[in-house]
Amino acid sequence: MRSPLAVAAGVALLLLLAFLQPWLRFVSTIALATGLAVLGIMLLLRAGQVSFGHALYVAAGAYTVAFLRPYLGEALFLVLAGALVATALGLLVGLFVARYRDIFFGMLNLAFSMVAWSLLEKLYSLTRGTDGIRVVRPSLLGLGLDGAAWDWALFLLALVAALLAGALVARYLGSPAGSALGAIKTRETRLEFAGIAARRVLLQAYLASAALAGVGGAITALATLHVTPLLAYWTHSGELVFVAILGGTGHVLGPFLGAVVFELVRVHAAAAFPDAWQMILGFVLLVIILSAARGLAGLLDDLARRLGRRG
Amino acid sequence: MGLLLLLAALDGLAYAAQLFMVAVGLTLVFGVLKILNVAHGSLFAIGAYLASTLVGLAGAPELSLLALALAALATGAVMGPLIERGLLARIYEKEHVLQLLVTFALFMILEDVQKLVWGVQPLFEDAPVRLLGQVEVGGIFYTAYQLLLLPGVAAVVLVALTWFLRRTLLGRTIVAVTHDREAATAIGIDVRRVHLVTFTIGAGLAALGGALAAPTTSLVPGIGVQMIVLSFAVVATAGLGQIEGAAVTALLIGLARSLAVYFAPELEVVIPYLLMVAVLLIRPAGLFGRAELRRV
Repeated sequence: MRSPLAVAAGVALLLLLAFLQPWLRFVSTIALATGLAVLGIMLLLRAGQVSFGHALYVAAGAYTVAFLRPYLGEALFLVLAGALVATALGLLVGLFVARYRDIFFGMLNLAFSMVAWSLLEKLYSLTRGTDGIRVVRPSLLGLGLDGAAWDWALFLLALVAALLAGALVARYLGSPAGSALGAIKTRETRLEFAGIAARRVLLQAYLASAALAGVGGAITALATLHVTPLLAYWTHSGELVFVAILGGTGHVLGPFLGAVVFELVRVHAAAAFPDAWQMILGFVLLVIILSAARGLAGLLDDLARRLGRRG
Repeated sequence: MGLLLLLAALDGLAYAAQLFMVAVGLTLVFGVLKILNVAHGSLFAIGAYLASTLVGLAGAPELSLLALALAALATGAVMGPLIERGLLARIYEKEHVLQLLVTFALFMILEDVQKLVWGVQPLFEDAPVRLLGQVEVGGIFYTAYQLLLLPGVAAVVLVALTWFLRRTLLGRTIVAVTHDREAATAIGIDVRRVHLVTFTIGAGLAALGGALAAPTTSLVPGIGVQMIVLSFAVVATAGLGQIEGAAVTALLIGLARSLAVYFAPELEVVIPYLLMVAVLLIRPAGLFGRAELRRV
């Protein structure tokens, strides 16, 4: 896929969506935030590892915004703080889970996120339990915005964050460190023979994934202006993994492509079948995995190649 | 204080018994299939919901214990072969990450199946507990169901399972596959059949844990995920594939959790995982596990 072209097309499409309807602007913002978190999942998938608990870092970013909002009025700082807290938590958990692979890696992440979810629910005096915490709208770049102006500003903030993160991740994957990450999946022992500490490589990717999820969570909190423990629940982690597989792990555009499609479908489907939503996701996930498909990014890639051959 | 300690110990014992039955199924399936079934928690939940329904249908309290057993058997016998033949048999040769994703997808599906069939309202059916009445221990009245039946069944499961694996032909075949799948195939063992039997037993154990847990708690969506996470903590602390180890660890985690319930309630959810992390930091392969050689 010719990247600059594809990125430009993606941005244009999102801007168009955001123009069409006010509610689509909100959905696009949320999709970008989800895409940021999924970008981190994609990094781990490159190393052959899947985390069933990354909603933990989304929640960390979101709750940081909620807790700090009374003391901090600038959205940019709130997002940065969300990323910092998520990264710090990622370091704490990552030092432990980076020792493990496969089953342990996936399940330990799930365990940590479920502990966090229980604590968010139970420590009512601190977190207000399932009621969650309302976030008062902050200013952005010092401008006190509201209504449509705020929606646009937040959408653009998410877009800039996504472009920045996408560019950084693409660079990282193209660098020697990024190649080492892929080697964890293929032949970790040989990586160690080459004198590279696999654990450190995985920890770096883990920290990056926590930071990305933190930014995504912070933006989500600013968009919904309300945070609840559900952000850390396993179903949310499952959705992140789902979007990563749906979008495809071959290209940094995959997570965002997956997220936009996912959020657009969810607006309708989750309301129509609230008790069967996870089931639908599960079936689609099975189909993608068992047919060895490369996700939406892979589909577009094939399409582009076919068109290129013809032209 | 003494009374509270005793109460905590009894609670812990009953809880450990349930936990063991689910965890031992998980660890058995992993030992043979080398797949961690994330949907194991859903089988626990389905066993529990089905038990609650059957106890309700049975009407007479005398039949309620039979209804529990029937629920476990039915869930294991139907879901086990269905999942193993229909899904897992297709992915034995695939990468670990894909195997994990497949059982996770199954988990997402089964969690909603359970909501669609039994709804989201809490269900509570304690006829079996009332049937067995109470017994007195050291001045405390405690339900016979939790004090005698649960640990009794767990002990029978442990003894029967170790006997089956060590003393019967089929059991020893299973152990052979655990040790070396290729060598077992070479000497003529039908690995397909071993996989099917093992997974069905594992599913049945999860469902049995669920069925026996059903009368002691109200059933709500989400019990499946709590159980898979907790039983994974047990299995990881013990060492993947360790059966007796799972019993010891379940007891350890069950007791620690119930002590926390009485003496530090805010720590209840954290204690099992603190134990797990502490053990894994010192012994990365678990208390009873052996570190695997790395292959190039």
